[in-house]
Amino acid sequence: MFEHYLSLFVKAVFVENMALAFFLGMCTFLAVSKKVSSAIGLGIAVVVVLTITVPVNNLILTYLLKEGALTWTGLEGAENIDLSFLGLLSYIGVIAALVQILEMFLDKFVPSLYNALGVFLPLITVNCAILGASLFMVERSYNFGESVIYGAGAGFGWALAIAALAGIREKLKYSDVPASLQGLGITFITVGLMSLGFMSFSGIQL
Amino acid sequence: MAAESVKDVVLSPVFKNNPIALQVLGICSALAVTNSMSVSLVMGLAVIAVTACSNLFVSLIRQHIPSSIRIIVQMTIIASLVIVVDQVLKAYAYEMSKQLSVFVGLIITNCIVMGRAEAYAMQNGPVMSFLDGVGNGLGYAVILLIVGFFRELFGSGSVFGFTVLTPVQDGGWYVPNGLMLLPPSAFFVIGLIIWVLRSMRTEQVEKAEYRIVANSKAKIKESV
Repeated sequence: MFEHYLSLFVKAVFVENMALAFFLGMCTFLAVSKKVSSAIGLGIAVVVVLTITVPVNNLILTYLLKEGALTWTGLEGAENIDLSFLGLLSYIGVIAALVQILEMFLDKFVPSLYNALGVFLPLITVNCAILGASLFMVERSYNFGESVIYGAGAGFGWALAIAALAGIREKLKYSDVPASLQGLGITFITVGLMSLGFMSFSGIQL
Repeated sequence: MAAESVKDVVLSPVFKNNPIALQVLGICSALAVTNSMSVSLVMGLAVIAVTACSNLFVSLIRQHIPSSIRIIVQMTIIASLVIVVDQVLKAYAYEMSKQLSVFVGLIITNCIVMGRAEAYAMQNGPVMSFLDGVGNGLGYAVILLIVGFFRELFGSGSVFGFTVLTPVQDGGWYVPNGLMLLPPSAFFVIGLIIWVLRSMRTEQVEKAEYRIVANSKAKIKESV
């Protein structure tokens, strides 16, 4: 049992890295990776939000949306109700609401972390990595325990990737890049090379 | 805004102000689906439909949205449209929707859709907003198709599934470049596209933060 979870975690971090293998959360990935400190701040925020939202969406799927999920209400004909087409709408709603709640909670109880994350928290709502992880969870029909591990692993992998890219970009600004490749262009090529590196993890079976 | 012609609104996002290559929006889902042209085409069409319709509807009710909850309202409109697109794909192109897997759903978080709703549709009339959505969707689709073209041509020697370069295993001469079918090549192709675009339109070039001083070593030699 433990090994199963461990292998799921390692797979989510390295083999199926959100940023480098599925290109999720690319917009923020490229925009906020100029400095290591802010990259790490955003990375932590993503880990926290993913670890909460994926399991919550899992509960919503199992107890509200799946075919026959409403049987527990005891209503007549409830076992025939299939609301899974409402999935997308409810997941994004849950994510937006949770990010908002998390922001208020941190503001009240952990102001130091709140100040450190600053503007990154609201940005996370529109990060495709968050919604993507929930959708992958649905597609691969993880159970509750698996979705906790998967959420944490996916977030950690994303954080790792953005911190690494920020480290490279901090050095890159001292190098002599062709003028029209400057900035965005060279960043794309760097990310391509990083993604190539992460591909060496593919095929690892634990 | 009335001075803007229809042609400008539709065509300028395609070439002059391309959302992917120049504004770096919406690349999230752009890259993973581009390993063959037909998938890119379907994805492009889906994004055009969603951007255009969401712009239209947001613009229609823009006078009635309180600004404090506008993001949620826009998000709901976009999510509903994406659900429609997803269901249509599942009904009429099931194979294609399997291949696109989660990426149809991810159109919701595509920054192009949100960005246009927020930046254009909230200030402009419905017709112009609709056209702006079509234009930006087209700009996105064009880049997807270009990337898809190179990846499919070099990766499997075909275009839209028709063999152009006969690969070696079918008795031809072309050795397929397997890397082009894998994720990293999408980054390389987009990086190169940006390079080409910025070489043509030099005002887009980002300034270097540091300059290497020319011939800084030669002076030492002279003094020796």
